[in-house]
Amino acid sequence: MALPQAKLDQLSARIAGLHFPATGWQGKARGEALERLGAMGLPGKRDEYWRYTDPTALTAPETKAVEGRGEAAFESIDAVKLVFVDGVFDAAASDDPALAGVEITRLAEVADIHWAGDLYGQLEAAGQTPVQRPLAAIGSAFATDGVLIRATAAAGRPVALVYRSESYSSDVILHHVVKLEEGAELTLLESGDAAARLLTVMEVDVAKDARFHHVRSQGRTPERLVATHIFARIAEGALFKSFTVAANGVLTRNEAVLDIVGDDAVAHVAGVAVGDGRDFLHDDTVFITHGAERCESRQVFKKVLKNGATGVFQGKILVKPGAQKTDGYQISQSLLLDGDSQFLAKPELEIYADDVKCSHGSTSGAIDDTALFYLRSRGVPEKAAQSLLVLAFLAEALAEIEDEAIAEDLRARLEGWLDRHDG
Amino acid sequence: MALEETLEVREGVDRETIETVQAMAGKYKYGWETEIEMEYAPKGVSEEIVRLISAKNDEPEWMLEWRLAAYRRWVEMTEPKWAMLNYPEIDYQDIYYYAKPKSMEVKPKSLDEVDPKLLATYAKLGIPLKEQAILAGVEGAEEKKVAVDAVFDSVSVGTTFKAELAKAGVIFCSISEAVREHPELVKKYIGSVVPQSDNFFATLNSAVFSDGSFVYIPEGVKCPMELSTYFRINAENTGQFERTLIVADKGSYVSYLEGCTAPKRDTNQLHAAVVEIVVLEDAEVKYSTVQNWYPGDENGVGGIYNFVTKRADCRGDRSKVMWTQVETGSAITWKYPSCILRGNESQGEFYSIAIANNAQQADTGTKMIHLGKNTRSRIVSKGISAGKAQNTYRGQVSMHPRAQNSRNYTQCDSLLIGDQCGAHTVPYIEVKNNSSRVEHEATTSKVDDDQLFYCRSRGMDEEEAVALVVNGFCKEVLQALPMEFAMEAQALVAISLEGSVG
Repeated sequence: MALPQAKLDQLSARIAGLHFPATGWQGKARGEALERLGAMGLPGKRDEYWRYTDPTALTAPETKAVEGRGEAAFESIDAVKLVFVDGVFDAAASDDPALAGVEITRLAEVADIHWAGDLYGQLEAAGQTPVQRPLAAIGSAFATDGVLIRATAAAGRPVALVYRSESYSSDVILHHVVKLEEGAELTLLESGDAAARLLTVMEVDVAKDARFHHVRSQGRTPERLVATHIFARIAEGALFKSFTVAANGVLTRNEAVLDIVGDDAVAHVAGVAVGDGRDFLHDDTVFITHGAERCESRQVFKKVLKNGATGVFQGKILVKPGAQKTDGYQISQSLLLDGDSQFLAKPELEIYADDVKCSHGSTSGAIDDTALFYLRSRGVPEKAAQSLLVLAFLAEALAEIEDEAIAEDLRARLEGWLDRHDG
Repeated sequence: MALEETLEVREGVDRETIETVQAMAGKYKYGWETEIEMEYAPKGVSEEIVRLISAKNDEPEWMLEWRLAAYRRWVEMTEPKWAMLNYPEIDYQDIYYYAKPKSMEVKPKSLDEVDPKLLATYAKLGIPLKEQAILAGVEGAEEKKVAVDAVFDSVSVGTTFKAELAKAGVIFCSISEAVREHPELVKKYIGSVVPQSDNFFATLNSAVFSDGSFVYIPEGVKCPMELSTYFRINAENTGQFERTLIVADKGSYVSYLEGCTAPKRDTNQLHAAVVEIVVLEDAEVKYSTVQNWYPGDENGVGGIYNFVTKRADCRGDRSKVMWTQVETGSAITWKYPSCILRGNESQGEFYSIAIANNAQQADTGTKMIHLGKNTRSRIVSKGISAGKAQNTYRGQVSMHPRAQNSRNYTQCDSLLIGDQCGAHTVPYIEVKNNSSRVEHEATTSKVDDDQLFYCRSRGMDEEEAVALVVNGFCKEVLQALPMEFAMEAQALVAISLEGSVG
């Protein structure tokens, strides 16, 4: 079905001048992504999964420059650092990418024959049904750069992607592909501010019995716009875990589309968002498909909102026919620190198998006065008491991070944020 | 100790169910048809049909204009497709919009003049149209009166206990009668809760509604008996579009029951009703539905398409509304009884059991729109899917910035019986202030093997065991129903699941 002219014009304006190398396997994959995009058009406010988040700032042809003061997280973690400045890999600022059991290449530099040829854009394409994700197709078609990581064994150190922005007027599109071969294990960290407007796609293929840990700290530049997408395929006995901390920013949309295809696999996706101010909108949109038996999935999302900030959660557990013994859990909670902030949630279950245990919960409310009073009566100053209760509220989500040092790093960052934002 | 006690209670309750089920035997026991001469308007919908329906009901000009305005809007609208329902395109021109028993040509003055065939129809359905009667299934207790408005295809055939209700000042009559006799009330309230432009099906209803019930409870009156409407679709290829308007004035109370059945046919029939409830200060309305339209056969042939808009507007402070529904019938159910909690401290409750078996599809739930301060709402939804059925809970809870200190609790549980069916939950939660608390919980599980095993080991067959477990699962909702309905509902739960195991 052809798009109406107005939608075509809007799309042409958005993609005009974007990076589009048309040779080799990349050219083919990018061409296919462009075709998908052409059939879908850009997302609009009337689309079911954009009802709470206005995509206009992400679909506009231009984005305005912002004053950046973002910084990378995980400084204390011993990792192989790969630095991207304004969306381009910076070899000089990066560590030597040699890591036993892990093969790392840069998207902008790969040869015509590469293992990623079978994956690039494929998981994204599969993730376009039943819900269309046009921004992800932009990520496949027009990525400026990215990394291709293939793990064949347990990596000795995490790989850390560090984003820096120098121009702050940049509009950056990154596409990463991560492949974990059978039994491999990898921790991937992401942090920093990449651009005034960042669009990313990460495709993750987790083979049998492999283990993938992803921890992300989204930059703190107050005015940045971010749209991220994770598409994962999780095979038999494999483990996939992704955790995101987000603070500040005007608009953050984090999508995760996880497809569990092998029996006995585990998929967890969790996140914490803290926002202050009317401009803050943070949106987690998660779609987990159970297509195999005895798999477990968990979604744990917590948001702390104040001064008119908005939190959005849209999460779905889809259990396909035959995906028996599925254990699906989903919780989305918000803590509204004042009367202006809002929380909009759509936690969904769609279940076509009978021998399953699926549940979801969603709550929203203020800080518990009784708990606050108790702490005050024990001599804890009000501000500290409030911080304590906020951190306690976030604890269930933070517990999703397996590595204690990484969790501690993020906890410290959150405490700092609470301090700066008055509890 | 506590466990033993609950088991005993449950056993007591459910033994009755099983006996009732056995007594009822057949699968859909309301599938017969009354052979009666009918008068039809020509098939299809047009301005002429709208004018004809209005003329048949002797309506004043303003009512006709209102209908025509709705019709003109409807022509511009498209059928909503967002529900998780799959059904072939409905041909809105292939439906009779008006069907009336010939014997109703001259409106009977009292029930004694009503065609005996019609009375026999309701007697067979267990609906007492004789004023001394009480609903079947209730024994011992002191005689409990229930006033009934019976709607047969497009017209109301009779309303019982009108005189006695009139003494209390309660108006209970067909809506067509109300338009003629109480135009000031109808004019004031109709469309004020569900406006003509509300949605595709409600707009169609606004244009072509043929009859329905009207209730007005005056200030400070506790309605002396339960009121009920019984809807029966009889004629083939006929759509039923009834419209119910309930107005509870300040400090009043009414409990209202609604039941529905239809004959077995292999073509689908359309039912698009609108129920509007206006609740003023300190008033309370309980609205209970047992929806048992013909669900179609095991292969999904036939059955009612049920597209219903029900909404209560708690306009006054401290007003209260409670929706309880047991949805067992219909091939397609599209229904979201909602509460607009406008008055401060107003309360809305929604208790639902939705059972879908064989090829049935249900997309049902509620909306709780909190606008007033200190408003409260509670949602308890139990969805049961069996066979190849699809059952969706779709709900919205919205806390507006002004709705300070409000509270919502939502619990939706789904039970799956068999590996071919589906159970889905689609809640929308919108919280725009921080003094309110919203809690939503949902679970999906199958009938517990341990519970089944226990029942089997006590000598029950599998079907009885499932009925018992399911009734236990539904208990919170069954308890919210008025007693007569609870009995019927409990029996229905078991019947609807027949053939779902083994």
